[in-house]
Amino acid sequence: MTTGKHGNKVVASVAEALGPLRDGMTILVGGFGLSGNAEALIRGVVERGVRDLTLVSNNAGNLGKGLATWLKAGIIRKVICSYIGNNQDLHTRMASGEVEVEITPQGTLVERMRAAGAGIPAFFTPTGVGTVVEQGKETREIDGRRYLLERALSGDVALVRAAVCDHFGNVRFWRTARNFNPVMATAAKLSIVECDKLVANGTIDPDDVHLPGIFVHRIVHVPEHENAFEYRTVRKR
Amino acid sequence: MTATTSGWSTEDMARRAAREIPAGCIVNLGIGLPTQVADYLPEGHAWLHSENGLLGTGPFPYEGDEDPNLINAGKQTVTVLPGGSTFDSAFSFAMIRGGHVDMAILGAMQVSCGGDLANWAVPGGKVMGIGGAMDLASGARRVIAMMQHTTKKGELKLVQRCDYPLTALRVVSLVITELGVFEPTGHAFRVIDLAPGVTRERAEAATGAPLT
Repeated sequence: MTTGKHGNKVVASVAEALGPLRDGMTILVGGFGLSGNAEALIRGVVERGVRDLTLVSNNAGNLGKGLATWLKAGIIRKVICSYIGNNQDLHTRMASGEVEVEITPQGTLVERMRAAGAGIPAFFTPTGVGTVVEQGKETREIDGRRYLLERALSGDVALVRAAVCDHFGNVRFWRTARNFNPVMATAAKLSIVECDKLVANGTIDPDDVHLPGIFVHRIVHVPEHENAFEYRTVRKR
Repeated sequence: MTATTSGWSTEDMARRAAREIPAGCIVNLGIGLPTQVADYLPEGHAWLHSENGLLGTGPFPYEGDEDPNLINAGKQTVTVLPGGSTFDSAFSFAMIRGGHVDMAILGAMQVSCGGDLANWAVPGGKVMGIGGAMDLASGARRVIAMMQHTTKKGELKLVQRCDYPLTALRVVSLVITELGVFEPTGHAFRVIDLAPGVTRERAEAATGAPLT
């Protein structure tokens, strides 16, 4: 009997989890800015030494942290993102031409990956009609409204940050750290989960699973995270 | 707040924008000035949606309670109110694109009298990105723009036709500036309100399209 791809998923180290990475791959990385980042896997990719990557992520890091470390390491050829904001590491490399940047509306970005994971090759959306986003795309009027055709977006690898994961790969996320993570897991050939807490199968109630293990292929347990703040806003007690 | 002696402060603008929000509705407040509108909503009046995956966004946390994984779309630490929920980005944009979000109050660089919105890039300037702006502008049931009436250099921002990169066509139903409240009607802006001390002549001089 050969082992199916849903056999033993838990690996001992970040390096082992990232073993299949190769130069030129498209990597989907969850997170909204620095929130919900698979921090150890992101560090591990730089250490792994792969280059010429296409990165798909909402922001490509910020404040020199998270995915900005990939930019600084010079391992990215192209970024597909929705927002740059104050990410100086991306601004400078976009201006110099070192990194190609494709800016996509946020809802379109996530829907392109949702479509890829769900076996839908393209979809019509009203977002971006009459703007630069429409350029080069097929448009169609449906029931009196104009839409543009967006293509599905898949990846070779997805890096997912989970709060809790069982040995089959069923995942629970924490608060707004969920963001792009579960959708990216559905859209990649190899989905790697970095979890704060690894639990036995049956610990997570089936009704409480946010991402079913069918979308997860490798699991690495990383108990400690920095969880960096981007804008720490508080009120006085 | 403004350089002139009359007109609304940003706080006045936020208070005025809050009056546009009916009770029991779902509102998305854009980054920057629109975020301040939340300060003028009575408790429990409306549900705030943050496109990164939060409905029922609450005020900033008390010192010591902040969680880097509980943030709004501006990446500021927030709280979640009782009855609130968290979800993934695809679900969040289904709410927006699917027309389930009643209102979006967005910052703007230019608004045309036809209701076109430009709010994501200055020609020749640094590109900050699109983020959720295009989805919100084309998906929310009602879009209100909140902005300074002119640029710091005095360039007009309420115009006949936007020449900045567009966010969406024919979507803005109301514009709130330090000079007043204006409704794009197609060929002109209808004056809904003028801020105290602001004359119609002054508003006309600061607007690149006719006022009616």
